[in-house]
Amino acid sequence: MDFTSTITGFVALYIFMLAAFTGYEVIARVPAILHTPLMSGSNFIHGIVVVGAMWALLNAGSPLEQLIGFVGVLLGAGNAAGGYVVTERMLEMFKPSDKRDAAAADKE
Amino acid sequence: MDTSLIIETAYFVAALLFIYGLKRMSSPVTARSGILVAGWGMALAVVVAFLYGFDVNERAQPHLTMNIALVLIALGLGVGWAWYSGKKVAMTNMPQMVALYNGMGGGAAAAIAAVELFSGNAQAHGVVISILAVLGGLIGSVALSGSLVAWAKLDGRLNRVLRLPMQQLVNAVLFFASLATGAAVVTAGMAGAEPPMLLIAVFFLIALALGVMITTPIGGADMPVVISLYNALTGLAVAFEGFVLQNPAMIIAGTVVGSAGTLLTLMMAKAMNRSVTNVLFSQFGGDEEGDAGDIQGSMKASEASDAAIAMYYASKVIIVPGYGLAVAQAQHKLYEFVKLLQKQGVDVRFAIHPVAGRMPGHMNVLLAEAGVPYDIIADLEDINEDFTQADVAVVIGANDVVNPAARTRKSSPIYGMPILNVDQAHQAYVIKRGQGKGYSGVENELFYAENTSMVYGDAQKVMVQMIDAVKALG
Repeated sequence: MDFTSTITGFVALYIFMLAAFTGYEVIARVPAILHTPLMSGSNFIHGIVVVGAMWALLNAGSPLEQLIGFVGVLLGAGNAAGGYVVTERMLEMFKPSDKRDAAAADKE
Repeated sequence: MDTSLIIETAYFVAALLFIYGLKRMSSPVTARSGILVAGWGMALAVVVAFLYGFDVNERAQPHLTMNIALVLIALGLGVGWAWYSGKKVAMTNMPQMVALYNGMGGGAAAAIAAVELFSGNAQAHGVVISILAVLGGLIGSVALSGSLVAWAKLDGRLNRVLRLPMQQLVNAVLFFASLATGAAVVTAGMAGAEPPMLLIAVFFLIALALGVMITTPIGGADMPVVISLYNALTGLAVAFEGFVLQNPAMIIAGTVVGSAGTLLTLMMAKAMNRSVTNVLFSQFGGDEEGDAGDIQGSMKASEASDAAIAMYYASKVIIVPGYGLAVAQAQHKLYEFVKLLQKQGVDVRFAIHPVAGRMPGHMNVLLAEAGVPYDIIADLEDINEDFTQADVAVVIGANDVVNPAARTRKSSPIYGMPILNVDQAHQAYVIKRGQGKGYSGVENELFYAENTSMVYGDAQKVMVQMIDAVKALG
C-alpha cells in the first residue's frame, strides 16, 4: 500500500493556515530574555529543509542537478547542525538561582 | 519496497516534536529540553530520508550509488563544519552566526527549487506547484544573499553602509524583474516546453542580487530585525518547497517558523521602537545631527573605588548592562562583584533593555554565560518602576537606552524609544570608556545630571578595581 500523502488544493491551504496559527500561538507571550535563543531555535527547525534537499539529490538525473542538489544538502545540513549547536549552547546556560547553587555545590 | 509508511510516520512524529520543542523553548524553565526534543525530531527525519533511495525516479536510477555517496559527503561536510563552528563561536558573535546558518537554510530551499525547475519536475506537476517552486526559490535566494550580507556586516567584514542613488527604485526594478522572469519560467512550463535553462538561471541571479540590494543600505543597529525577518522568510521558502516536494514535515515546520518568525520580528522591531517598513525602506543613523542644544550642567568624574563603596553600603542596586560590557568581556568580573555585594546583603538586580546587546535577548545570553541566574535579571517593563527606590543604579557600556531625551526631547532621533529610568535612581554611576556619544550619535542628558557620576575606563579594568575596593573593606 502506498501511504504517500498528497497535499493539494484546499487541504494544503488548511494545513498552511493551521500551522501558521500554531507558530503564532507558540511564540506569543514569550519573554524578551528568550528572543535570541528562540530565533536561533526556529532557525534550527527550518533546517528540516535538508530532507527535501536529500530527496532532490537522490532523484538527481543530470550533473547539474547533482551539483545543485549537493550544495542544497550541504547548506541544509549546515543550517540544521549549526542551528542546533548554537541554540543548545545558549539554552544550556539559562539556569535559575537555586539550580545553579546546587550545581556549584556538586562541583565543590 | 514500499517505504512510504515509515517515511510518513517519521515525518509526522518529527513535526510533532518540532512544535512541542518550540513550545518548550518559549519558557526559560523548559527551554533546554525544548531544543533536545526538536533535535530528536530532526535526527529522525534525516535518518528516515535515506529511505527515499529505495524509490527514486527512473532518470535517477543509474546515478543512485553516486547520489547516495554525494548525500553522505554533503551531510558529513555540512554537519561537520557547522558543528565545529557552532561550538567555537563566542557568545558575543552569536547574532552573525545565526544569520549565517539561516542564509544556508534559505540557500538549501533555493537549491531545491532550482533542481525541481531545471529538471522540469515542478512544471510537470502543474501550474500551482510551479508557482510555489518559483516563489520558494525567490524567497530562499533573497534570504541566502541577504543573510550573508547581514552576517558580513555584523562580523565587521562589511563596515560601510552602501547606498545607491535611487536605491528604492533599483530594488523595485529588481523585484519586478525577478517576478517577471519567474512568471516566464512558469508560463514556459504550462506551454509544455523544455525547461528554459538560461531563463531559470537569470531568475535566480536576479533574486540573489535583490537580497544583496535590500540588505546593504540597512545599518548595523537594525540588523537583528533584518535577520529575524530573513529567518521567517526562510521558513516560508521551506514551506513552499515542502508543497512542491509534497513533504509534510517541511510544510509544517516551515510554516510554523514562518509565522513564529514574523511575530518575533514584529516584537523585536517594537522593542527597538522601529517599524519593519521603517527598517527596510528608510535609512537611520549617520545622516541626522542630534541637537545637543541646551543640556545643563557638566559631567562629573568619579573613581571606581568610590562607586564600589557606594554600592557596598546601599540596600538596593540596579545594574544596567550594555553591549560595551560584552565587548570588554567584563561580565564574569561583574558577576564576581555582584556576588560580593550579595554576600553583604545588598539587593542586586539586572535591568535589561530590549535592545541591549546586538539583538533582543542577546544580553541575557551573555549574562547567562557569566553564570548570572535569570531570576535576578528583569525586563524593562518589570523593573522600570523600581528605579525610584534604588539607592544606586550602575550603567555599564550602555548609552542610548538610558537617555532621558527619549522621554522628553521631541526633536531627538531616539524620541519615543522606551528607556530605562536610570535618572530616577538616587545615585547613578556610568561606566564608560570615554566621553563619546552613543550609536545614534545623540548626546546623553543622563551623563550631565546632578545625581550622575562618570567612571571612565575599560569595563573589565573598572570591575577589577571595584572588586579590590570592596575586598579591602571586608
